[in-house]
Amino acid sequence: MAQVSLRKVVKYYDDVEAVSAIDLDIADKEFVVLVGPSGCGKSTTLRMIAGLEEITDGEIAVDGEVVNDVPPKDRDMAMVFQNYALYPHMTVYQNMSFGLRLKHYPKDEIEKRVQEAARILDIKELLDRKPRQLSGGQRQRVAMGRAIVRNPKVFLFDEPLSNLDAKLRVQMRTEIKRVHQKVRTTTVYVTHDQVEAMTLADRVVVMNKGKIEQIGAPNFLYHSPATRFVAGFIGSPSMNFIPCKLEQAGEGLNVRLSDTIAFAVPAERVQRYRSAAGRELTFGVRPEHVTEAKVNGAKNLATFDAGVEVVEPMGNETMVFFSIGATEVCARTDPNAGAKVGSNLKMAAHLDHMHLIDNATGQVL
Amino acid sequence: MSTVSATAGSIPATRPKYGSMSRDRRWALRWSYFFLVLFAIFFLTPPIYMFITSLKTSAEISAATNPWWVYNPTLGNYAELLTSPSYLTYFRNSAIVSIFTVTITMLISVPAAFALSRMRFWGSATLATGVFLTYLIPETLLFLPLFKMFAVFNEWTGIELINRWWVLLLLYPTLTVPFCTWIMIGYFASIPKELDEAALMDGANYRQILTRVFIPVALPGLIAATIFAFTVSWAQFLYPLAFTTSADQLVLPVGIITSLIKGDVFNWGQIMTGALLGAAPPLIIYAFLMDYYIAGLTAGATKG
Repeated sequence: MAQVSLRKVVKYYDDVEAVSAIDLDIADKEFVVLVGPSGCGKSTTLRMIAGLEEITDGEIAVDGEVVNDVPPKDRDMAMVFQNYALYPHMTVYQNMSFGLRLKHYPKDEIEKRVQEAARILDIKELLDRKPRQLSGGQRQRVAMGRAIVRNPKVFLFDEPLSNLDAKLRVQMRTEIKRVHQKVRTTTVYVTHDQVEAMTLADRVVVMNKGKIEQIGAPNFLYHSPATRFVAGFIGSPSMNFIPCKLEQAGEGLNVRLSDTIAFAVPAERVQRYRSAAGRELTFGVRPEHVTEAKVNGAKNLATFDAGVEVVEPMGNETMVFFSIGATEVCARTDPNAGAKVGSNLKMAAHLDHMHLIDNATGQVL
Repeated sequence: MSTVSATAGSIPATRPKYGSMSRDRRWALRWSYFFLVLFAIFFLTPPIYMFITSLKTSAEISAATNPWWVYNPTLGNYAELLTSPSYLTYFRNSAIVSIFTVTITMLISVPAAFALSRMRFWGSATLATGVFLTYLIPETLLFLPLFKMFAVFNEWTGIELINRWWVLLLLYPTLTVPFCTWIMIGYFASIPKELDEAALMDGANYRQILTRVFIPVALPGLIAATIFAFTVSWAQFLYPLAFTTSADQLVLPVGIITSLIKGDVFNWGQIMTGALLGAAPPLIIYAFLMDYYIAGLTAGATKG
């Protein structure tokens, strides 16, 4: 049980800044996911928390105690690696008990803990096998077991599911969530997969170019991204970004996407966008908020005609692609909406879910 | 339906010639066997000749008979050597020197390789290359300066290093340590970095990482290095020839030459017997460790 905080943590590799002055507070028992594209500094951050990388500047504290100079073995954290990193010459039992044996735990205590972890992870029948006799998913379970038996203050996961095939990844994702609900240990989890981040996290930390873009609960990030990067990174298929101009229209504001398409900004948002009137901005809207214009009951819909270019039926829904100006737009429509390539479809944008992004700063207004 | 039959009908009647896989394989095998037999003959002829000669009396060796056949086989050479105190002394010296050399080599080169390959410190890469470069300097260039060093050391301290069998324990590691370190660096480098990090997180210190993770995982490499060190020290000729002189200090290769060649009289039967018996220990070690050795040579080629 531990609370971890990072204060202005900086990491330089030679002259390259990998992590620049990040602040992060992780509460006790919280599941925090660091997510971002490769090279964004998320793994480096995790490794600094683990003590595997020295920090160039700033401080990392566990339960209020600064651990900058504490070696990994004394930080009482357990880590699960992408390639599992099981000891190939040891059996599953030996792998899981290695940490406890190093600390000279009594034999029956080790036995109890390993059996308990094996029960949680459903790997009891594998305890006598060597890692090479296990499948990828089983290896990952053992790696998690090795972390669980130590009953550490913090779990660290470094892209643990990246080496698994798609189906297993989904299974193991659920498994990790289940394990966390059982053992309730503070967890820091690194991934480049935003779906993993969304599904697992209590809070998601989106990182880009060594900086934290935004921290928040998964749904909050999804609906209220702070920056264009977060808006585009979270959600699949990703948000549509269309260049637009914000025009004054009497008391209200108009978003002009093209010569023919312009929407009135919903009245409750006018105040928020007022200061940006007259500027070139980016209009962001998620595919599910661009639908065929048949939805009843929703307010603040802006309808327009779209020339359908590509249709991708998914069964439960149909993705429709069309262009506004030079920008391709993806829309999620009902499979019965009747989208046909080459035909015109009446579309509706749900303006309650629109975002306007400052082109210069990348901030969502 | 119609498309299926149309496709079937469009296959040309005569298929292009691609050559036959099994015929290629047969030819490859023939060539392999040809060269294997050639090599076997080339390398086995000397020991067979030694064996034949070792079964002959001195009279038969010097007689103008067929050298490839034994007319009056005798075990006299073996009996004489195995009861000769000096031969047994050489054998014992060789065994002691080799075993200690292997031990010393491993005690130095395994930790050195671990430090050089894993404990990233300033200059470790340069140092690793440097270790290997020292191996490239032949001992024929080194024995004179070494001799001089020992003489000077004797002048300063009064400790005599020349003509002591144990001084070989100082000399042989100069040959074995660099190469074994180099082999072990290669092995340790093939162990994924996450493995030592996992051990670090599990609470191991560097010594425990080395003894409980690295050495067991790199065991094939360790055995390859052991065999190398043993072979080098068992077969070493120049250093013992230069640094040891009295009969009780000699090791096997030098002992055979000095005691069995008297002036211009070559006791060929016993020389051959001595050499054959001397070749036995490495042979036995190879036979036992061969599987490991091969596994060691090819380890890391594919992901486990």
